Amino acid sequence: MSKSVGRSMARVDALDKAAGRAKYTDDLCDKAALATRIVHSTIAHGLVASVDCAQAEQVPGVVRIFTCFDVPDRPFPTAGHPWSTDPHHQDVADRLLLNRHVRYYGDEVAVVVAENEVAAAQAARLVKVAYNEYPFVLDVQKAMEPGAPQIHENYPGNILAHTQIRNGDYEAACKEPGLMKVEGWYDTPTVQHCHIENHVCTAQMEGGRITVTSSTQIPHIVRRVCGQALGIPWGKVRIVKPYIGGGFGNKQDALYEPLCAWLTTQLGGRLVKIDCSREETFVSNRVRHAIRTHIISWVRPDGSFAARKIECFSNQGGYASHGHGIVAKGMGAFPQIYPCPNVEGDAYTVFTNRPSAGAMRGYGIPQAMWAGESHIDDVAKALGREPGEYRRQIAMPQGFVDGFSKNENYYDSFREVMDKGMAAIGYGRKLHEYQNQTGPVRRGVGMALFWYNTAVWPISLESSSCRMVLNQDGSVQVQTGETEIGQGCDTAFAQMAADAIGIPFADVHIVSAQDTDVTPFGTGAYASRQTYVGGFALRQTGGILKDKILTCAAELTRQMKENLDLVDGKIVRVTDGRELMGLDELATETLYSLAHSQHITAESTYQIKNNAYSFGCTFAEVEVDIPMCQVKLLNIVNVHDCGKLINPALAEAQVHGGMSMGIGYGLSEQLLFDEKTGKPLNNNLLDYKLSTFMDHPHLQAEFVENAEPTSPYGTKALGEPPACSPAPAIRNAVLQATGVAINNAPMTPHVLFARFKEEGLL
Amino acid sequence: MYDLKSLYEAGSVQDAVRLRLEHPEAQILAGGTDVLVQMREGKRAGKELISIYGINEMRGVSLDGDENIRIGSLTSFSHITKDPIIQKYINVLGEAVDMVGGPQIRNAGTIGGNTCNGVTSADSASTLFAWDAVVELTGKDGVRRLPIQAFYLAAGKTDVRPDEIQTAILIPKASYENCFGHYIKYAMRSAMDIATTGCSVNVVLSPDKKAIARARIAYGVAGPIPMRAPSAEKAAGGKPLTADTAEAFAQAVLSDIQPRDSWRASKAFREHIAVELAKRCLTEAVKRAGGEWA
Repeated sequence: MSKSVGRSMARVDALDKAAGRAKYTDDLCDKAALATRIVHSTIAHGLVASVDCAQAEQVPGVVRIFTCFDVPDRPFPTAGHPWSTDPHHQDVADRLLLNRHVRYYGDEVAVVVAENEVAAAQAARLVKVAYNEYPFVLDVQKAMEPGAPQIHENYPGNILAHTQIRNGDYEAACKEPGLMKVEGWYDTPTVQHCHIENHVCTAQMEGGRITVTSSTQIPHIVRRVCGQALGIPWGKVRIVKPYIGGGFGNKQDALYEPLCAWLTTQLGGRLVKIDCSREETFVSNRVRHAIRTHIISWVRPDGSFAARKIECFSNQGGYASHGHGIVAKGMGAFPQIYPCPNVEGDAYTVFTNRPSAGAMRGYGIPQAMWAGESHIDDVAKALGREPGEYRRQIAMPQGFVDGFSKNENYYDSFREVMDKGMAAIGYGRKLHEYQNQTGPVRRGVGMALFWYNTAVWPISLESSSCRMVLNQDGSVQVQTGETEIGQGCDTAFAQMAADAIGIPFADVHIVSAQDTDVTPFGTGAYASRQTYVGGFALRQTGGILKDKILTCAAELTRQMKENLDLVDGKIVRVTDGRELMGLDELATETLYSLAHSQHITAESTYQIKNNAYSFGCTFAEVEVDIPMCQVKLLNIVNVHDCGKLINPALAEAQVHGGMSMGIGYGLSEQLLFDEKTGKPLNNNLLDYKLSTFMDHPHLQAEFVENAEPTSPYGTKALGEPPACSPAPAIRNAVLQATGVAINNAPMTPHVLFARFKEEGLL
Repeated sequence: MYDLKSLYEAGSVQDAVRLRLEHPEAQILAGGTDVLVQMREGKRAGKELISIYGINEMRGVSLDGDENIRIGSLTSFSHITKDPIIQKYINVLGEAVDMVGGPQIRNAGTIGGNTCNGVTSADSASTLFAWDAVVELTGKDGVRRLPIQAFYLAAGKTDVRPDEIQTAILIPKASYENCFGHYIKYAMRSAMDIATTGCSVNVVLSPDKKAIARARIAYGVAGPIPMRAPSAEKAAGGKPLTADTAEAFAQAVLSDIQPRDSWRASKAFREHIAVELAKRCLTEAVKRAGGEWA
């Protein structure tokens, strides 16, 4: 069947994007749109006492100023999860359009609407907000202490959620004689997605309905949230999602769309735009959860685990957003990646007065791998074992089935990816060469595995819908609810659709823009699910379309339908391979037939009740300049078993992007806050040290292509996994080079300076 | 959209001086890589601007009659890096300004703007300090020249009078003759960053190349403005090329610099790095001068 799948087709959007023809939200916005500027809180926690707009309203060009006293008191949830009709599984509704109770420095207090950006900015600077200040707390464990400031009602100890793992009998198992105890605390930072296009949305009214155009990953979900936030029927809202400049999970939340939709209702339906600055994106959108993890392993002399304990403290920030799902996913990986019969786990998600944490590429797994894979190297060191060989002994075996998700490890993925990674970087030779170094500059090689699963089943709904429409020339429009956000899914979908129908790749026209009025329902782009989940609906809908085409072909060619096939856009008689007619001829004849005119279309929904493991690893080689407190990354290799590659070139690009994100996570990125005020200190791209390509060595991507049996195309997750294991691999390489274990990411020169001093290297 | 009140474009140095006098509140605009950023942040919102960017006579590198190097204030960083005079006589300056921002910033940003900002982290400044650069300003009464150390008054404040614009930076022949230098920018990433600390060292060796005849060292971000480290210079002057000399030179730096604690870096960390940079810069500068360390 496969003619397009598996080949490195050029991206369907490449030329439009390179030539600047591709339209993004702001490109589509009429110049007459009203501009806005949000007034953010300048305290970390408190109540707004009053907002004085008198001076601001005098600025020429100001249309209206809305404050937290003007908006409806109707809390709504923002997380981009599929809605649950079960109230117990619904997201926490803790947001208002503007807030009187401000919960972080940068919370939304008021919004200026003006005829132009300059007037909006001038007026926003003149809005005077008076506060009743409350004490605030930034640290996750301090927020749990008795007497800590309470950030939300009904969440004692600021604990949004607490879940447990209790497998076997930890307390009894750790008393086994002869065990060694290895214990560590591991910390990860607050980081931001840093997609190139800041969040932007516009809204206007027509025919009593609101149209919101937004840079979002999840148009259908945003429609629901806007409906909930405004208290109007969901069908009164239409969301249009054009091309977007990345999201990485930040745009898997309703950000400013509800506020923008509400504003247009207050402004006579006029077009209004909310366009975030980079500074606002860092603070007032979403960030990655900073998670502190405590791990204890009770290890037998042979290296096997008798018992393990994990505690995770996840810093939620001011609002619930995606909430506990992140740390729950991270803790869930712990008993799977290195199976152990006796595991005790506790995960806490805790409100603090930091920016709200939401979804970000990896969804808890980069944090979990930082802790877990650092810890495995600490165990190996304590045992005197070589970390790679030790992982071979203890990593999840082939045939492992997870009790909850029913995910099965169909292949020996971990050992296969390790083999490939070791060969690629020359692991054994370098490991030997870099032993027992002295001197100021030392080299090391390290590794880390990662655990991932592809989609969200059985925690959430997985369904995908698809529509296909045949044109007179035999080409086909394809629409799905899964969104192109830069990751290349439009191209992968076109390849899968071409093969499912039996037409050339070039004859598939992917409708990239989503419009909830016309696009079939789908929950959007998140997890690492688009190619996997979309594949089911494309395969099924392609089959339906093809069946309809062959029915017409049988009529037109007077042949038995079962003897016909559609191959590369031609009706073929399978018994002798003869081409009977072109699909273009068939489509034209069928549409204009005076006897039996038919518009050939297909539409279907597929609900997926499977999920798929997706595993891999990173190998890193570093040079540590001890007096300079600097780590130079010399080589890095990611190896993924993500099933069959739909498009090898796009797969490689996806891995490069994730590795870059992982390098920044390990070495340089972190959002800093003033301890005295809670103010973010470095919410710009100069002071927030996103790694540049000068900081990267050659990024090497390797694949092990074990076909995923549950997928019609043999594929599984690759979107998030590349970001999961680079940071701990670099950390473990630094450990090999210097003997110094760094447990706090990112490993900045400041952290290295302190640790090298502690360890007597400086 | 920038919040600016008005923009005046100067066609010549004289024109710029006239505009300065007519619009005393106006901000001078050269490459715009700092001013426009600050304007966007609201710091200079609503200001008048005088653009001097079109004054071509202020662009380029040349040798004057006394063979002093003259760098027009509007010369871009990328121009300086590629200029043959710079490469021949003071290559370290070209290397230093090649570490500013990214390629686009280096094409637009100017050495005049870099110094007039008065910030301690400017990548050109420590090298200009270390090479005893002279700043040329032109005002209604003509040209005024002063050593760069006198030009920097305080953090963010330089000695540009209300009628003046900076027109050139000069490197005297006595400064660059037989002199070789090295600059290390210590930053948190390899591009698009400002210096945590920057160190520029240059040396003239004795005729037999066995000893340091003259050493000069300057820092960025070791105090509120760029600064020389005279104790270190004294510690190395006339000394042989030994590890002890390098160590004494580097340690002496601590009696001169005054880094501070901030969220960007601690004082202890900056001091540690400053000493290490002094050692490494001296080592490399001596090698470039043809010296061999014992």
